[in-house]
Amino acid sequence: MRLFGSKVTVAAQIGLAIIAINLLVAVLAPLIAPFDQAEVIGDAWADPDAQHWLGLDNLGRDLFSRLIYGARLSIGLSLVITALSFTIGIIAGFGASVAGGWVDMALSRLVDLLLSMPTLIFAFIILSVLGTALPVLIITIAILDSTKVFRLARAVAMNIVSLEFVEAARVRGEGWWWIITREILPNAVPPLVAEFGLRFCFTFLFIAALSFLGLGVQPPDADWGSMVKDYRDMINFGGAQPIYPAAAIAILTIGVNFVVDWMLSIHSRGQGEGA
Amino acid sequence: MAPRVQASGALRPVLGDGLLLKLITQRLGLGILTLFAASVLIFAGTEILPGDLASAILANNATPENLAALRLELGLDRPAILRFGEWLFGALRGDFGHSLANGRDVLEEVAPRFGNTMFLAAYAAVVAVPLAVILGLIAAIRQGGVYDRLVNLFTLMTISVPEYFLAYILIKYFAVGLGWFPSLANVSPDSSFSDRLYYAFLPMLTLVLVIVAHMMRMTRASVLSVMASPYIEMAILKGLRKSRIVVRHALPNALAPIISVIALNLAYLIVGVVVVEAVFVYPGLGQLMVDAVSKHDVPMVQACGMIFAATFILLNMTADILAILSNPRLRQPR
Repeated sequence: MRLFGSKVTVAAQIGLAIIAINLLVAVLAPLIAPFDQAEVIGDAWADPDAQHWLGLDNLGRDLFSRLIYGARLSIGLSLVITALSFTIGIIAGFGASVAGGWVDMALSRLVDLLLSMPTLIFAFIILSVLGTALPVLIITIAILDSTKVFRLARAVAMNIVSLEFVEAARVRGEGWWWIITREILPNAVPPLVAEFGLRFCFTFLFIAALSFLGLGVQPPDADWGSMVKDYRDMINFGGAQPIYPAAAIAILTIGVNFVVDWMLSIHSRGQGEGA
Repeated sequence: MAPRVQASGALRPVLGDGLLLKLITQRLGLGILTLFAASVLIFAGTEILPGDLASAILANNATPENLAALRLELGLDRPAILRFGEWLFGALRGDFGHSLANGRDVLEEVAPRFGNTMFLAAYAAVVAVPLAVILGLIAAIRQGGVYDRLVNLFTLMTISVPEYFLAYILIKYFAVGLGWFPSLANVSPDSSFSDRLYYAFLPMLTLVLVIVAHMMRMTRASVLSVMASPYIEMAILKGLRKSRIVVRHALPNALAPIISVIALNLAYLIVGVVVVEAVFVYPGLGQLMVDAVSKHDVPMVQACGMIFAATFILLNMTADILAILSNPRLRQPR
């Protein structure tokens, strides 16, 4: 199977399959979940049976359904935040490299400063004052994460027009559209997609960690991180309940990392091989 | 020409002439500047954002009257710079104010917790660093083999997953299943050293799994990239054993990025420790900060934030300096 002109490794195929399944589940959640995420059906911690594949949770809700709805909230939230941080980062990065001068210097210093602080701690500080409502979470994490996108965007923008093969194409007489689609994009897309994947993973894990600590998504919304927190006591009885949502998080991030790893490896093929 | 800074006699062999000393001093200066900037950010984050200290304290009981009264009492009507200066100089003297949750002195609460967190981090670092370097070297020596590929896959998985996933798996099998270790780390101020080692074992193992993976991959990658050099090819042609080549000839040159990654991972430990402490209910600084955040206990959050930030910045700065020191090219006199 070929994608972006390169053979897809087994690991990357597994990763793509994992991503596809997760996205499908997240989108089709209301259609495939047997029960509603907040519906109390029976006794707490009831064992799995034919109707409730993973048993019931601490409030008597169906764990399997909550896992499905959790996909929707966790993945959706992370996608929104990543898209937002990418937008901010790219606009700021391109803007800084185009504006140059003191704007560029000021923004770069600011980004360096933000990057020198541990993100989790800084997020704590902001959340301690502003509270943990969803919009606050989204904007805070998006801004903190956009600093990393900023660096990449700025470097890409600095390079993009002066690349040798772009110049060669222009000398050959190719039009701008041809240059963009046949020379620039095939080289820019893999690292950008890889970066999006990495940012998504980071955001996803970050949100899940915040929720696990009780500072992220609040009940009754089903989100994998807070589910791990809610079910944690059962581990002392040998129950695997907290492991199910944690495993769901783990599987998705592994899948994305497999694909990102593959993308980064196919991109290392030298600057002159665009066409 | 800038005047040359001469290193004193004892440091001369290591520091060579002025260039190295200048670079290190630069880094130190940058570190202190960053520390100061971090303190500004922390203060600004907690005291200047909308929803100020007074409304955070009063939360749902806020009325315009008691908000105004509290602001007056806390001195929030004074200019921000004045308040920041007070806070900063207080902090440098060790006075971080009093916790809003229980009224106790912040530093008294923070100090033992900080000790616990540092113990856990050091425990993990001491185990992880040698392990990572050795495993990375073995993977580089046996590159391409089954061992290498398996290890690559395993470490990719370990660095992808959240810490609490690893933690709960460890708890399920080693604590509950086999009963070898406790699932709750009940460390108290009078625990003996060996008690602490025992209680902190599973948390330490969780942290080790994550950072060993990172550092091992970097060791392997760095050594392999040095292995592509011509002088290594010469050594192979001379007939030296592969393991000797890797350890005696490649490793010293590959050290710089490895040391960088080690220091960076130690910096990560500061943050990763927060989640691990929460899972095992280990009485460390991370737990304290999480509690403080949910209770809007601003002085506590400021103090914890400052300590975490300072440690993080210090470790990053050390990483920079060590990277400079371990680069032999910078040590040659110009």
